[in-house]
Amino acid sequence: MKKDIILAGVGGQGILSIATIIGYAAIESGLNLKQAEVHGMSQRGGDVQSHLRISDKEIFSDLIPHGGADLILSVEPMEALRYMPYLAENGWFITNTTPFVNIPDYPDTNKLMDEIKSIKNNVAINADQIAKDLGSSRSMNMVMLGAASLFLDIPYDKLEEGIKFIFGRKGEKVVESNLKAMKAGKDFAEKNKT
Amino acid sequence: MKKLLLLGDEAIAQGALDAGISGAYGYPGTPSTEIVEYIQRNKEAIEKDIHRTWSANEKTALEETLGMSYAGKRVIVTMKHVGLNVAADPYMNSALTGANGGVIVAVADDPSMHSSQNEQDSRYYAKFALMPAFEPSDQQEAYEMPFLAFDISEKYHLPVMMRVTTRLSHSRAGVDRREILKENEKHLPENPNQFMLLPAFARKKFKHLLAIQDDLVKESENSPFNKYTDGKDRSLGIIACGLAFNYLMENYEEGKCPYPVLKISQYPIPRKQVEKIISECDEILVLEEGMPLVEEMLTGFLGNKKIKGRMDGSLPRDGELNPQIVRKALKLPELPSLEIPQIVAGRPPALCVGCPHADTYKALKVLINKYGQGHVFSDIGCYTLGFLPPYQAINTCVDMGASISMAVGAADAGLFPAIATIGDSTFGHSGMTPLLDAVISKANIVVLILDNEITAMTGMQESQVNGRIENICIGVGVEKEHIHVINPLPRNHEDNVKIIQEEINYNGVSVIIPRRPCIHVHGKKKK
Ligand SMILES: Cc1ncc(C[n+]2csc(CCOP(=O)(O)OP(=O)(O)O)c2C)c(N)n1
Ligand code: SF4
Repeated sequence: MKKDIILAGVGGQGILSIATIIGYAAIESGLNLKQAEVHGMSQRGGDVQSHLRISDKEIFSDLIPHGGADLILSVEPMEALRYMPYLAENGWFITNTTPFVNIPDYPDTNKLMDEIKSIKNNVAINADQIAKDLGSSRSMNMVMLGAASLFLDIPYDKLEEGIKFIFGRKGEKVVESNLKAMKAGKDFAEKNKT
Repeated sequence: MKKLLLLGDEAIAQGALDAGISGAYGYPGTPSTEIVEYIQRNKEAIEKDIHRTWSANEKTALEETLGMSYAGKRVIVTMKHVGLNVAADPYMNSALTGANGGVIVAVADDPSMHSSQNEQDSRYYAKFALMPAFEPSDQQEAYEMPFLAFDISEKYHLPVMMRVTTRLSHSRAGVDRREILKENEKHLPENPNQFMLLPAFARKKFKHLLAIQDDLVKESENSPFNKYTDGKDRSLGIIACGLAFNYLMENYEEGKCPYPVLKISQYPIPRKQVEKIISECDEILVLEEGMPLVEEMLTGFLGNKKIKGRMDGSLPRDGELNPQIVRKALKLPELPSLEIPQIVAGRPPALCVGCPHADTYKALKVLINKYGQGHVFSDIGCYTLGFLPPYQAINTCVDMGASISMAVGAADAGLFPAIATIGDSTFGHSGMTPLLDAVISKANIVVLILDNEITAMTGMQESQVNGRIENICIGVGVEKEHIHVINPLPRNHEDNVKIIQEEINYNGVSVIIPRRPCIHVHGKKKK
């Protein structure tokens, strides 16, 4: 078993919590893990990415090679496309569709969606909307984690434990709303894998 | 015991703690910051009251480290690569004084300049100083190296370097812990003159340092971190340093490389193994993260066609390595991959919405529009982003503290106005001494000390000058009437422009302190 995942987004969108939960679940499942993340300069509203590698064998490189990612998981549509060179031939491309516009030359969103829809294995999901409908707009990233959970080869209950582990300090309510968000993302992806 | 999930930086910190340090010194700098931060929040470190507060800059940090070593304790000092330039004086001299308690100088390099103003390879410093260096290839080695590094440091009475690069610093993996060692008892150096570098002593010490080099090479030859793995195909031999070893293995199923491989993680380079691989293989590929240090040593001035690497174009001359660059150098077929779609636009970092620096720059911009571009010397921190539109307010960024000194030099040359913008932490690091120069030479400059009450750029560390800036300026000799604190808020815009204008008009040293906390300060403030 080997899963190489590129996590992408904009500084402050919560991709590191996704990485932490998957990482926790992987370790609890007895797997090896390497997770390279970006610190520093790029956190001021710039693009951020994390390379997350899980395997039952020894993992060498901290970085995923070009053409090697089983999954691109992005909380922002344009950021998802930025990491296309990493996607493996049969890899899955899973992205939130809500743009995060903080630059003047942000591309036309219809064209962006055309580009995304042209990718072989894609799941495009309006995670901001789903999170809002659930009354917890801040758990958009958990909706995305839920959508990705179908492709991770990690038991779902381990991810649930991961959420309890990292949000536990913030109380029962926060844990519940994040669990719900993850479930909603999973349900959506089950219906909409193309 | 359960594995700990640690960043490379954190693994060094945990290793140093378990190897019995009594102190960690340093100044923040990406990608080294997490070493001291980990120690600052580590329960055991807090219980043992390991020294763990930030120093004013890397030079003071390294000197404090030598003081703790003098008193017999094990100690680690951390910095980014350019920090070692600042600390170079005590670093070079510490090779002569040596260590009493074990000393690790942990330096994190940033090839590809993810968040740095240059790329340099600290292994050159280790070679320059004739000091051993350790370069972990993964998190487990990063954890284990401090144990051996301290042993060697104490055996030879010599500080040692630990060098990491961005990708290992900021990548997490599971780490197994070892048995924890006790701290050293306090004890003075056996030789009371050990740290006395009068020329008469220093000459002897330098000869001694030269004399032990062969022993250090032997340590490397016997090091558990340097590994020679034979391979059937001797048309190529590969020397892979530190992290580069992983990029090599990544390209072979389960790491089964057909060629002989020498992994180097401890320096000086192990002569025996290098001689073996060179004599047994037709060609040698050298993989190094950073600059071609080993490659240059092997090719020599006259060149050697047998040696491939960054200098003959097998690998790029600059920037960090990655699996695909190494793959190409191994002449393996590329993995099929797609291009970045053209529609994707760049998303450069920017000042946060509501950032105090933004309002300062808006006020300053009014005066830039009046006097023209080219008058503002700046420095390193979040506020360097004031270079980008819409502010376009600053013209230089060189090294920490250079804003004030360059403004002084430009004013001496007749540039008017000459304005400096410098962050509070940067001012504490290296701004006070050039301000003294300005006062002494009565330079006609305006210094804006952008006080957001924190070291924001590197992730919210306490700023050493917090609450002390006005007094420091007065102490240095700036006239009280020409020190102003302003609040950079939109509603104060007009007033702030006026104050800056008045101080531009004053022929002498003026300091304006725009003071408003970084919007992320609350709740995040750390020791
Ligand atoms: C010699 C050296 N040490 C450390 C760094 C890393 N570094 C860059 S900016 C900065 C601090 C900036 O803090 P401050 O001046 O308070 O500005 P702010 O980011 O808070 O706006 C540091 C530590 C560096 N570039 N050079
Ligand atoms: S982190 Fe703070 S100082 Fe840096 S840009 Fe944001 S608000 Fe400004």
